[in-house]
Amino acid sequence: MPEEGMEDNKEGEERPKWNNKAEYLLTCIGFAVGLGNVWRFPYLCQIYGGGAFLIPYLIALVFQGLPLLYLELAIGQRLRMGSIGVWNSISPYLGGVGVASMLVSFCVSLFYNTIVAWVLWYLFNSFQEPLPWSQCPLNHNNTGYVEECVESTPVNYFWYRQTLNITPNMETSGSLQWWLVVSLATAWSIVYICFVRGIKTIGKAVYFTATFPYLVLTIFLVRALTLPGSSEGLIYLFTPDWEILKNPQVWLDAATQIFFSLSVAFGGLISFSSYNSQKNNCERDAVLVGVINSATSIYASIPIFAILGFKAHTNYVTCLNGNILALTNEFDISDMNITVENYEQWFDSLNGTHPSRVSDLKLKTCDLQTFLDQSASGTGLAFIVFTEAVISMPGSQVWAVLFFIMLFSLGLSSMFGNLEGVLTPLHDLKLVPKWMPNELFTAIICLLLFLMALIFCLGSGNYWLEIFNSYVGSVPFLIIAFFEIIAVAYIYGIGRFSDDLEFMTGHRPNIFWKVCWLVISPLMLFVVLVAYVAVQAQTPPTYAAWNPDYVNFPNTEVLPYPDWVFAICVLLSSVPVISIPLVAIYRLICCMSGRHSKDSLHNNPNPYANEDYVVELLL
Amino acid sequence: MRCLRMLVRILVLLYLAGAPALAQTLCQPNASNGYRVRISIKTALGNQAYEWNENEMFLFRATMAFAMRRYYKTETYNVDNIIVCNQTRRVSFWFVVISPENPTMLIPKADVEKAVSMSRHRINNAFLLTDRTLEFLGIYPTLAEPVNPDTPPWLIVFGVVIGAVFAGIIALLVSSLLQKRRKEKGMMEDGQDEEDRQMKGVENGINLDGIYNRGFTDDDRFTKL
Repeated sequence: MPEEGMEDNKEGEERPKWNNKAEYLLTCIGFAVGLGNVWRFPYLCQIYGGGAFLIPYLIALVFQGLPLLYLELAIGQRLRMGSIGVWNSISPYLGGVGVASMLVSFCVSLFYNTIVAWVLWYLFNSFQEPLPWSQCPLNHNNTGYVEECVESTPVNYFWYRQTLNITPNMETSGSLQWWLVVSLATAWSIVYICFVRGIKTIGKAVYFTATFPYLVLTIFLVRALTLPGSSEGLIYLFTPDWEILKNPQVWLDAATQIFFSLSVAFGGLISFSSYNSQKNNCERDAVLVGVINSATSIYASIPIFAILGFKAHTNYVTCLNGNILALTNEFDISDMNITVENYEQWFDSLNGTHPSRVSDLKLKTCDLQTFLDQSASGTGLAFIVFTEAVISMPGSQVWAVLFFIMLFSLGLSSMFGNLEGVLTPLHDLKLVPKWMPNELFTAIICLLLFLMALIFCLGSGNYWLEIFNSYVGSVPFLIIAFFEIIAVAYIYGIGRFSDDLEFMTGHRPNIFWKVCWLVISPLMLFVVLVAYVAVQAQTPPTYAAWNPDYVNFPNTEVLPYPDWVFAICVLLSSVPVISIPLVAIYRLICCMSGRHSKDSLHNNPNPYANEDYVVELLL
Repeated sequence: MRCLRMLVRILVLLYLAGAPALAQTLCQPNASNGYRVRISIKTALGNQAYEWNENEMFLFRATMAFAMRRYYKTETYNVDNIIVCNQTRRVSFWFVVISPENPTMLIPKADVEKAVSMSRHRINNAFLLTDRTLEFLGIYPTLAEPVNPDTPPWLIVFGVVIGAVFAGIIALLVSSLLQKRRKEKGMMEDGQDEEDRQMKGVENGINLDGIYNRGFTDDDRFTKL
């Protein structure tokens, strides 16, 4: 963000610079490596045939992810502006792409930091003995446990009731949950303190937030490999099922996962690279960030699945022990004569001699495979499945604290990019009054985002967050990225872009990059966009509600979105991207009406234009 | 006369022989005033499990007598008042409590329950077992009182974190404010040196070589100006 103080010369506003290359790389890596690497990729790997999923994933990385990444870092570094300024420079008709980026970053910041707030809440609660999600609380008159908790599990109860206090459906909004408001305020305060001095403070913060997750993942890996059942989990994860590659859904999910994982089209990467010096090898940076992001996903899935294997094993043993106890009590067999190992023989012999008594016991079928199949992604993985696994590990508090600090650093480093995608364009638009210091402006934006995010602290907040996640955090990005690549490859011109790259990196981009930018990536993006929209249109708009009065409780009740909610979903998907055609039309009208606008960039879409002659940068 | 004494002796003998038998009939599985006890020593103690034998049973009866004494606040109960029967390999058995005054009268179920609940902790500890591994079927263990600290622990952690964050924010804001004041004072004092500093391209210690004045590009073929 430009520092104030130079009133006379606009161009003289020195752009902040990264202290060193490491800070820049760590910030980009931190932005790309986020919660999705830990709780989305392992889930996809599991349901799409383990090791076989890596093939579409890596193909998507090489042909779609890396070219987009290189493109964003390059234009940011060359044009030295945030997303709005950059796209205005490339083509005024496509200035809307920058606006769309900013709007989407704004919406994502809203809900992403709420997830960080939930992580903080769990972190605060991990400093207790026993962990609050390990047992059910007593009811009013201390005669028994709370019914909702007994019917589901203590972990589910802590998440749905004591954290979210979720309402049974979206129409009931519920009230503000004060503990979530408090956690959200903490999250935004921490984000603010890292943004206070712009990239100076961010650059310091990323030394911790970008590296700590790797340390925790390694610790968990070592711990998890010593737990029983971990090897089953790993085998389950990595056993390749090559048949799955015939399913087009796999390729679609691999492409979308790479795309969302690299955090392109947010505008944050453009902003970060705009603080570089122009003679920086952004090609190497792009490849480095992309490869590290994917490697982190793969590396993270190992301890996650080892621990999930441990959890499945624990559940299996608990299930068996329940059956063993029932059999022991019914037939008065000596204590501990039936063990997990000889359960089968005992069961067969008892069932042979007294089948009616055995069937009356209503023993549960315990199958390890069923427990392994109980996978989850997203918040379900972190707050339900993993917390349950942590209870069974000796020294639960330590593991819980480590896990949630890791999630917090992952989320915080991604928040840096999200918020940067909002702040830098606003600075570039010169919307900040001269008298306002940067710190105050950042504080106002953070406060505004905090107040708007309070809707996610209502009783129905989780439902709204899912809506934001599905509708804002998906299709708009694909559209923006598609227009980005078309803008640079065709409107700006691949020849001019190659010259820029030669200036910055010292060599022209090789044939691989050119082919990707011209043909492969736009095509892939277009196909992915169309396929994604088609799949979304086919799935009915429903959500899973937690309703204790539901007949099949503890299963979630599948409810359709109310009409007004569905209208909001459509609005969320379309309003950010509507700015792309709107700006184009506006510029066209300006141009056709013959108004010589004050910005010479309109007449002269030349990034080499000396900006001293620009008086006002119109939208 | 001798016949009568013989009869009395036989009757006395019968009575003495029959008393325990009578007592034994009082204890039966599913007796209305009896409880079934189920013990899982191996589950509780694993490798350090002890063998359940007659001595352990004696300890159980003594502990139950202690519980009855404690409940009624008398000293009349004895090991003989606790009758045990139907022991299985599991280990499980039934027991009844007979009144010390009247050997044919059983103590009602409810009283036995209250006595057991009152001394449950002591009974468990006598056998190194827990509520789960020493079960009195029909007597539910009292639920553990939840520990309710005055301040929830999470609030303490939150307080620490938010205090540190706010302190950091204030420190950073104050230091940048002071820096700006110093910069302004410095600018006012040597305003003549400003141009020199600008020309050297060093401003407040930040290098300006990152600014590329695009009006002076050396790529002539792209400059339309």
